[in-house]
Amino acid sequence: MSVIDKVLPDQTELLRFITAGSVDDGKSTLIGRLLHDSKSIFEDQLSSITNTTRKRGMEGVDLSLLTDGLQAEREQGITIDVAYRYFATPRRKFIIADTPGHEQYTRNMVTGASTANLAVILIDARKGVLTQSRRHAYLASLVGIPHLVVAVNKMDLVDYDQSVFDAISKDFSAFAERLHLHHVDFIPMSALYGDMVVERGDRLDWYKGSTLMDLLENISISHDMNREDFRFPVQWVCRPHTQELHDFRGYMGRVESGSISVGDAITVLPSGLNSRIKDIVLYEGEVDTADAPQSITMTIEDHLDISRGDILVKTGDLPQVTKMFDAMLCWLSEQSLDPSRKYLIKHTTRMVKAVISGIDYRVDVNTMDHETVDTLKMNDIAYVNIRVQQPLTCDDYQRNRATGCFIVIDESSNNTVGAGMICIPANQSPA
Amino acid sequence: MSNRAFAHLDALESESIHIMREVAAECANPVLLFSGGKDSIVLLRLAEKAFRPCRFPFPLMHIDTEHNFPEVIQFRDHRAEELGERLIVRSMEDSIKKGRVVLRSETQSRNAFQSVTLLDAIEEFGFDACIGGARRDEEKARAKERIFSFRDEFGQWDPKNQRPELWDLYNTRTHPGENIRVFPISNWTELDVWEYIAREKLEVPSIYFAHEREVIRREAGLLPVSHLVQPQTDEQTEKMIVRFRTVGDMSCTCPVASDAASVEAIIAETAMTRITERGATRMDDQTSDASMELRKKEGYF
Repeated sequence: MSVIDKVLPDQTELLRFITAGSVDDGKSTLIGRLLHDSKSIFEDQLSSITNTTRKRGMEGVDLSLLTDGLQAEREQGITIDVAYRYFATPRRKFIIADTPGHEQYTRNMVTGASTANLAVILIDARKGVLTQSRRHAYLASLVGIPHLVVAVNKMDLVDYDQSVFDAISKDFSAFAERLHLHHVDFIPMSALYGDMVVERGDRLDWYKGSTLMDLLENISISHDMNREDFRFPVQWVCRPHTQELHDFRGYMGRVESGSISVGDAITVLPSGLNSRIKDIVLYEGEVDTADAPQSITMTIEDHLDISRGDILVKTGDLPQVTKMFDAMLCWLSEQSLDPSRKYLIKHTTRMVKAVISGIDYRVDVNTMDHETVDTLKMNDIAYVNIRVQQPLTCDDYQRNRATGCFIVIDESSNNTVGAGMICIPANQSPA
Repeated sequence: MSNRAFAHLDALESESIHIMREVAAECANPVLLFSGGKDSIVLLRLAEKAFRPCRFPFPLMHIDTEHNFPEVIQFRDHRAEELGERLIVRSMEDSIKKGRVVLRSETQSRNAFQSVTLLDAIEEFGFDACIGGARRDEEKARAKERIFSFRDEFGQWDPKNQRPELWDLYNTRTHPGENIRVFPISNWTELDVWEYIAREKLEVPSIYFAHEREVIRREAGLLPVSHLVQPQTDEQTEKMIVRFRTVGDMSCTCPVASDAASVEAIIAETAMTRITERGATRMDDQTSDASMELRKKEGYF
């Protein structure tokens, strides 16, 4: 076995996760510990934070400094945005979206969570399940993160007492029952001393479950993506106009869910026209089958008018094509929602004009209570009704993230002001 | 079939292709920045995968400090020709002649001044999107960079005022005069880049591989002797077996001692290495803890 094989076996999967919690929960220390104990910290980084620790009059190495980002943040001692970190073990490559956990940063957590397979929610063992922990769990369920890990941290400060851990787990589970969470694991840990992060340590012998690293390396993620419904938003149409490829029309895009084979019957939406797949072309050559999340080029049997924004699906497995739908909308902008204005919505590869025509209710993210409001402010989450100028081809977000999500853009500032998740009640779905 | 694990390089590749196609479809006048370095070499392969059998829907551009390693410039021209794509070169020498860049000395590092020439070129051609090979693992200021990173009409980056980026729905809209920097390999690490180069059998400039070179030991690093870097009175030059981990301005890009003479050996070395890419090889990033952040705010990549 060569060195490379030992370091990186062939099929190393990619796992994306977020960490939610405030600085006080030891989140930065936990990330620092994961990087440190998995040997992902470089010498120059370590010497730089050792110096800074000393400059601040402390001893040893403050691992939380590793995740300190910009000068602006260091000066103020805060984290202002989502930062991405990378590390690898022989089993998997990891991308951490490090999101600050303060109340005003709902939008950052939603941003980081939107691409995550897993969320680690930190709870301070001394404080138990706080309002903030409930908010993090709610947001994780809203964004449809398949796996949740509750890290009960700072066990060293409660004498590694099992009853503290049990009580917090019970408390959290009672609350989590009300949410659509697929899978929740609880781990007692001390990020500061490294217990149950990468190493087990010898102070939590009563805990028989996995360490955090075990879980991250082994949790099954192959079903996180919708494997059933083939959805292919056309990104770009390739027409080379060369002599040998004079009539070539390749539809380029990414298989967002499901799979497709040569010869399959397809329907183009929103037009509803039918054809069959002729070729699936990759740079390396032609293939018979492609599946999510591959980026491919396809040709079809018939000459149809297909352009960017259209979606190819398998005939017989149709999503909804509609100009009116409901959604959970997270408002991201300092400028409040103006229900009388037109906005732009980007959904898959299509951009349309839209009006948020009604707000059924706003969710109090701390209590899950519904409230009546007539506008949305930054960090608000609400159930809204939307009308769009041209039809969108969509699925319920909880069934299919890729065709259920959209962003709202303010046409005058060009800023991204909202993030939406489409809700299609079961009795409305065309299947 | 559907349950097979999707290997990380395939996942990263597919994401990058998706990003490139979004730029091509939504931006009016994009350009791909190609320096001849390993990251932009990977970008070119991704562009081939994204757009062939069509031509690239954008030209390639290099901002030449004229302090580049000759091997890299040769490679740049050879690769552009091989692809049959258009290469634009804008030189910092022109900016200096026009008085847009004022250097204190001929041998001073030019990295920091690339921004001026780049911004001038963006204006000259009216580019609304520049595709670059920066990665988030390179440096802490990069860790917070969006994949579609918005710049104001002065080409400046405001870290506190970036557009939220959710799922893979990219907001590519700009007002006239503004532009977007797009980083399709944001989520790749140095190791991913080398693994991809190995997998795709991509050619890279020879200076990435171990070779004998005359160097000077200065501060914490080695400096390559050239017409720009000469030993000072108390310094000795020595011959060493080295290679470069990054290719930039000859006056401040340091080689590392290494006998890795093949891509496979570089992968093994990268997987084992204990010093970050920029920490080892860029003097200009070591001037202060926030050097990259400050340069980015000025319009640097």
